[in-house]
This record gives sequence, structure tokens and C-alpha cells, in this order.
Amino acid sequence: MDAGIVSYGAYVPRYRITPAEIGRVWGVDGEGMGQALNVHRKSVPAPDEDTITISTEALRTALIRGAIDPQQIGALYVGSESHPYAVKPSATVVSQAVGATPNLTAADFEFACKAGTAAIQTCLGLVGAQMIRYGVAIGTDTSQGAPGDALEYSASAGGAAFVIGRENVIARVHRTVSYTTDTPDFWRREGQRYPSHGGRFTGEPAYFKHVTECANRMFEAVGSAPKDYAHVVFHQPNGKFPQRVGKQLGFTDAQMRYGLVTPFIGNTYSGAALIGLANVLDHAKPGERILMVGYGSGAGSDAFDIEATDAVATFDRSYGRPIQEYLDGGVEIPYAMYAKFRGKINMGDT
Amino acid sequence: MREVAVLGVGQTKFGELWDRSFREIGIEAGLQALVDAKLGSGDLGGLFLGNMASGTLLDQEHIAPLILDYAGLAGRHLPAVRVEGGGASGSLALHQGFLAVASGHYDFVVVGGAEKMTDVPDTTANAIISSTADHEWEVVFGATLPALWGLIARRHMHEFGTTREQLARVAVQMHENASKNPLAHYRNKLTLAQVMGAGGVAEPLGVLDCAPLSDGAAAVVLGPLEVARKYTDTPIRIAASEVACDTMAVQHRASVTTLESTVAAARRAFARARRAPADVRVAEVHDAYTISALIALEDLGFVEKGQAGPEFESGRFAPGGSLVINPSGGLKAQGRPFGAVGVAQVVELVRQLRGEAKERQVSGATLALAHDVGGTGATSAVHLLERAN
Repeated sequence: MDAGIVSYGAYVPRYRITPAEIGRVWGVDGEGMGQALNVHRKSVPAPDEDTITISTEALRTALIRGAIDPQQIGALYVGSESHPYAVKPSATVVSQAVGATPNLTAADFEFACKAGTAAIQTCLGLVGAQMIRYGVAIGTDTSQGAPGDALEYSASAGGAAFVIGRENVIARVHRTVSYTTDTPDFWRREGQRYPSHGGRFTGEPAYFKHVTECANRMFEAVGSAPKDYAHVVFHQPNGKFPQRVGKQLGFTDAQMRYGLVTPFIGNTYSGAALIGLANVLDHAKPGERILMVGYGSGAGSDAFDIEATDAVATFDRSYGRPIQEYLDGGVEIPYAMYAKFRGKINMGDT
Repeated sequence: MREVAVLGVGQTKFGELWDRSFREIGIEAGLQALVDAKLGSGDLGGLFLGNMASGTLLDQEHIAPLILDYAGLAGRHLPAVRVEGGGASGSLALHQGFLAVASGHYDFVVVGGAEKMTDVPDTTANAIISSTADHEWEVVFGATLPALWGLIARRHMHEFGTTREQLARVAVQMHENASKNPLAHYRNKLTLAQVMGAGGVAEPLGVLDCAPLSDGAAAVVLGPLEVARKYTDTPIRIAASEVACDTMAVQHRASVTTLESTVAAARRAFARARRAPADVRVAEVHDAYTISALIALEDLGFVEKGQAGPEFESGRFAPGGSLVINPSGGLKAQGRPFGAVGVAQVVELVRQLRGEAKERQVSGATLALAHDVGGTGATSAVHLLERAN
């Protein structure tokens, strides 16, 4: 495949809350919950942030880093399960904000947590077919767990944008394969504020089955094995699932080191694997091979066999923050502030 | 009354059977039992099916004809009856099947037990199982089934000095037993530290003191003992089938630490069989919570009241001991598909008495006891099984 990542950028809101603080309010052992999930802090969007502002911030970074003329973008897709509008695309607002309009196609994608990887695949197709010069794929979410629900300990906010093209590629995508079934493990119906989930059903028959099957299909398709990859990135609904699936597949902690970001910022849903990939690209050396396997409930996985090119060494990352700063930084807030920011305080009809 | 024998047994794997439907597992267990009994469906007189809560768990009532229908037997117009008694539903179905054959009205019946519990969220399932306690006197005020058993455990500790570690030993032993049972929900071994360090459910009970929510089905074929040898070389006689009830709410009982329903059912069963607790070498007892197993040992007459903790600790109820409790792993580790439990207990004991329990085989067992409880003891059932000579 003659296409790959030309540039990338990510954004994670600055506020953080700890599982211990959430547990304090609900009368449960939040710290223990955080340890069990391997989530130590999660990001919280400020009241004026949503998936459109996160997308715009991430994409601006990518465009400046890659010195890409926004008018050369032929397609822009925003993958999310928390688009601010049910009807009215996020992708048009983002396109206009970065100056990419009007000569492009744009759309919003939704596939639970893997809308971002699906957007990358679409861009790879359009770029590979030479229908467009650059395609932009964004994965972002500001997802919420219902107050007191297990999801509240991990659901966070953030996103990453990838510019896909044929020239000045910093990471070539050799192959992408998918594995998709009708598996109802997690859903939110029209009009519902918080998602529902099948508890333990989200594990073995959902996340683990799809990620494992998809990764194995990739190994078969390109004749690779876990040892061939310098880095691996999995979708990471918590810090525990990706560690377990990585171990089961035969990856080491060292291979997972940069790809695992959820323990420090929480689960950014459609942004999770993509922010992990951005962190890997912050550290990748020319010639290193990267495996990314996304997962979206409902359910499906997309795998990508990627190789960092020589250009990754000279890629100008001076604009925007390295992912590590998002993992280390942030301002911790108490639950009351979090509840206010997330609109969980009932203001009546005022 | 005619003597009744178990001619065949069948059971599915217990666990989170997400890729199998209720009707599928019900039929599998029933067909296994018929094949084991070398009986065709043409010989069948009827079906008794134990099930606690298909209506709330699956939105499906009227499940006894459902199973017959999807087993291809609708055209035979057999009678099929569902029996409900909370967690004791399976044993109550067995009791009905026993009476049906003993009365002479039917010759051969299938008694099944089935429950599919993991298709709803855990919180929903926990609310449903708590409905086997007294809704108006207990559940409305926030009590759940584990909360009530936690209260019973705390009182047992207060009255008799039972320790947290003694409770945990039950869980460790059940997982050890289940590690040899290929049909068990949990086959992993546990340490005392793991059980005692696990997250709390209802003090003093932690998550590893509680039986899991499981899917599963079990079935037995019953027939008249007088013709049993035509079908099997090792017919197992039902020496007693007794059911007893008590107050629904724990608070209405004279003693919180005794299940009078179990005491009554056991006393009647031993009297009818003309046997004593000391004659029993292997038993499957109700261990939905670790405290339940200790109280069962006392109320069934195997140990003095209040002594089950130290007696269990001594190892006399472990494999190789004088009385082996729950070689299957019990509800705690083999799993707890509510309506299937009472029938599965009998399936295990029949295999023990036939000498077909492989790694789990208890040597020298000729008399076995099955003990099943609904709610916190509003219903208990005791069955005595014996190798027929």
C-alpha cells in the first residue's frame, strides 16, 4: 500500500480526576477500583470543550507540524461516539475551523471506540486510489459513564488527528485488516444520556475475541509474529485489558510501553488507540514496525501493520505537546467540579 | 407407593454460556439423561422442569412446553410442568417427579433444572435472586440475598465463635474440588489469603464467599425401581425425597443461625429411609455462601450446632475425609444456575454412587445426600440416594 501517515497531532483536556476521588463520593473503594482497572487518573474536558474543539486542536497541530496546506485536504472524517450534535456533522465545523473548506468531502463516523481507525482505513483507500491528496482521520470522544457506574472511573476525553497521504510519509501503512461481528456488548440508544453495557460480557466474547482474532489475521496476512514489532498499540478501555490481550498474544511490556496511555488519562474511546499511536510516533525510530489493533463495541477490530520511515527522525514536532506531557501533566479537580463540568448538576429549568 | 430409581443423568457445563440459549442447554441436559437411561422419548410420561426466574431473566414464561417443543416432542402432547421454589426449584421439581412415578400415574419422567442468568446485567440478576427473600419484609428495606446471609454469618460468628478464616476455608475447598470437575464454572484453585482479601459484598462475606451467577442445565430420568435393571446395571434408588418450609423472612425465625426447614426435611428424610447422618459418605449441600455450607452441616445433623467451623477446618469433609461434601465443587465453584442446582446435585451423587466420578470419586459410598435451599431457608429439600442392591 503506497500510503501512510504524513503528520499527526493529539489533544487531551487539562483537567484530571482520580478514581479515589470518584469512589469517595460513591462510597466505594475507588483506589482499589483504579488499581483493578489500571487507571490512575482520567482526563476531564472543561465546560467549553467538546469533540469538535478537541478535533480542531489536534488537527491544527498535525497541519502545522507537517506544513500541510489545509486546502489540499480532500477528505475529513471525525470518528466519535460523542459528537455534540446527533444531526449536524462535527466534520464540517472542524473543516471550516482549519480552513479546509469547501473543496473536500467530510463526514462523521461512529463505531463505538473504533470510529477513528475506521476513518484511517477510509482515508487510506481514497489516498491509495489517488482520489485525494490528503485525507484526515480523527478519533475523539468526551464520553461519560453514568454517575456511580463502573464506566465513570475510566471514561475520559481526548483525541488525535492523522493526516494520510502519499508524500513525506513518516509511517507507512503496509496493511490493514478488520474483524467484525454483531456482538452487542455496549450501546447507547438515540436520546439516552449514558451508555449501557453488558458487564463482564464486554470482556471475553467482545474485546478479547475481536482484538485477538484481528491481530491473528494480521499476523497471517503479512506473515509476521509479535517479535517483529517494536511497538504495539491496542484499544484500551482500561489499563488492564490491553495488557492482558498483549500478553496472551505474546507481546512484552517493552513493546507495549508507549502504546498504553489509558492508565494516565483514562479511556478516550475513539481517541484511545490513536493517542497511543501518537505516543509511539513521538518515540519511533526509522525502520521500526508498529502494530495497532483498535476495537469498537458492537463489535469490530481494525488492525494496522505500520513501519516508521526515515522521515520520522526529522519530523518537526516543535509545535504542540508531546503525548508524555499529557500523561504527566494536568490539574486535578474534585468530584464537585467534575460534576459541574460534565453537566451532572441538575440546574432545573433555568 | 412404588420405589423410584434414577435411571439416567445429564448435565451441561456450568458458566457464562453466552453463545448458547436457554432452550439449547435445557434440551442438551435432557437428551443426555435419556441417552444415559437408554430410554427413547416414546417411553416418556412427562417432564418436570425446575426454574426460578425465566420470566424476569429471559422474558419467557411457560418454559416447560417450550423445552418439549424444541426437543421435537410437541406432537406427543406430553404433560410438562414448571416448578418454582427460588434456589430450590430443581429439588422441588425432583420431588414432584418422584411423587409422580411413586404414585404410579407415570412410569418414566424427565426431571430437568435450567437457568440462564448471564444474559442480563449483574445488577438485574442480583435484584432477581433477592426476590427469593421476603419482598415486603426484607427486600423493600434494602436487604439482598447476600446481605441476609451476611447477617446470618455475623450472628453465627457471635454465637459460636466461627471465624472469618473458617468461612474462607469453605471457598478454598470448593474450588479445590471443582478443579477436578470439567463441567464446573470455576476450576481455578484459591488460597485463604485470596478469599479473605477479596472485595467485600456483605460483611463478613467477600466476593469469593459467594457462589457465582451461572448458566446451566441438568436432568435426570426417573422410573420405577422394579424395572430399573432393564435399563441400567446400577440403578440408584431415591430412598427419601422430602421438602420443608419455614418463614420467608429471617427476622421471623426463633434462631437466625438455624434453618428449621433444613432440620425438618433432614429429619423426615432420615426417618423415611431408616438411616442416620452417620451412614452418609458423600453429600452435596447448599453452599451459596460459605456460611450456608457450615450451617447446612449442622442442620443436616452431621455436626453439633455451632461446631461446623472447626469441624470443617479439621478436613473431615474434604476428599478422603469421613464425609465428603460437594465433590462437584458445590454452588460455590461448580456454579449456581439457580433452577438447575438441585438436579445437578443429584447428577453428581448418582455418578458418585455408580462409581463414575473419575478423579472426584469418593470411595465406598452407598448412601448420598442432596440438600438444596431456596432464599434464606424458606424452603429446603433433602434427597437421600442409595445404590440399589
